[in-house]
Amino acid sequence: MGEVVLEIPARPEYVTLARQVVAAAADLTPRLRDERIDDLRLAVSEATTNAIEAHADLSSSERIVIRCDLGEDRIEVEVLDRGPGLDPAQLDAMGELTDAGHLPSERGLGIPLIRVLADEAEITSSAGGTSVRLVVYRRPQP
Amino acid sequence: MGSTAAPSPRLGIDTRRTGVLFALGVTTVEDWAVVAVVGELELATAPKLRQQIVTLVGDGRTRILIDLQQVDFVDSIGLGILVSALKRVRGRDGQLVITGPKPRVRVLFDLVRLPEIIDVYDTLDEAMDAVRDRPPTPTPTTGSERTHG
Repeated sequence: MGEVVLEIPARPEYVTLARQVVAAAADLTPRLRDERIDDLRLAVSEATTNAIEAHADLSSSERIVIRCDLGEDRIEVEVLDRGPGLDPAQLDAMGELTDAGHLPSERGLGIPLIRVLADEAEITSSAGGTSVRLVVYRRPQP
Repeated sequence: MGSTAAPSPRLGIDTRRTGVLFALGVTTVEDWAVVAVVGELELATAPKLRQQIVTLVGDGRTRILIDLQQVDFVDSIGLGILVSALKRVRGRDGQLVITGPKPRVRVLFDLVRLPEIIDVYDTLDEAMDAVRDRPPTPTPTTGSERTHG
């Protein structure tokens, strides 16, 4: 159906823009149900927040890329950063949202939330950056 | 969002007209500091709430009610700030409660089981009725009030 690509500076004030653009794209016909748009909006916000924080120690002005692919049956969003990458062990340790012990900590909820909110979530990380790919289907999956 | 948030009569802020993305207002109800939040609680704005809580606790205010009825969006950073605020207040033997989350925000709270560690009420009146019977905290309160935009 179409693709929307957004490049943003790695600054906190741009998280709002990222989730607005993706939510607006998800609102196009055939639109997602309201609650799924909310889920997608939050998942994109989490991924973009992680990307901005990954750029925090970079001196370059590398931008974060948010690619939104609008398919007939699904919306796929990829958030790409040029940060130092995530430690695989750290990623595994984030676990699932239902794991005990998440809430008393103030951080580390973002990736578990993405995994719960999206129908599919894939995180690929290397020394050159991280890609968070998430998919939300237009119709509920069996 | 500033473009969609309703006016805030209590704070005298019309976020639609001013384009204000986030605002905080502090009032006192009995011996509780009521922190009214307007806008979205996320990466760019949540540190302002953290600073407000730090300031209140520094002023000796250890009974804090965070009013979220005009908050349209909360993410994991916002959740973290709420947990941080709870720890800070409890570290002074104080109390912190939340009131007025919109349905979507409430869904997130339930998803991460926030109500298991912080009391969440639907309305300010309901919250005040519930906390009124609680014993006062041992730390003294002061009357300072601040508003951030």
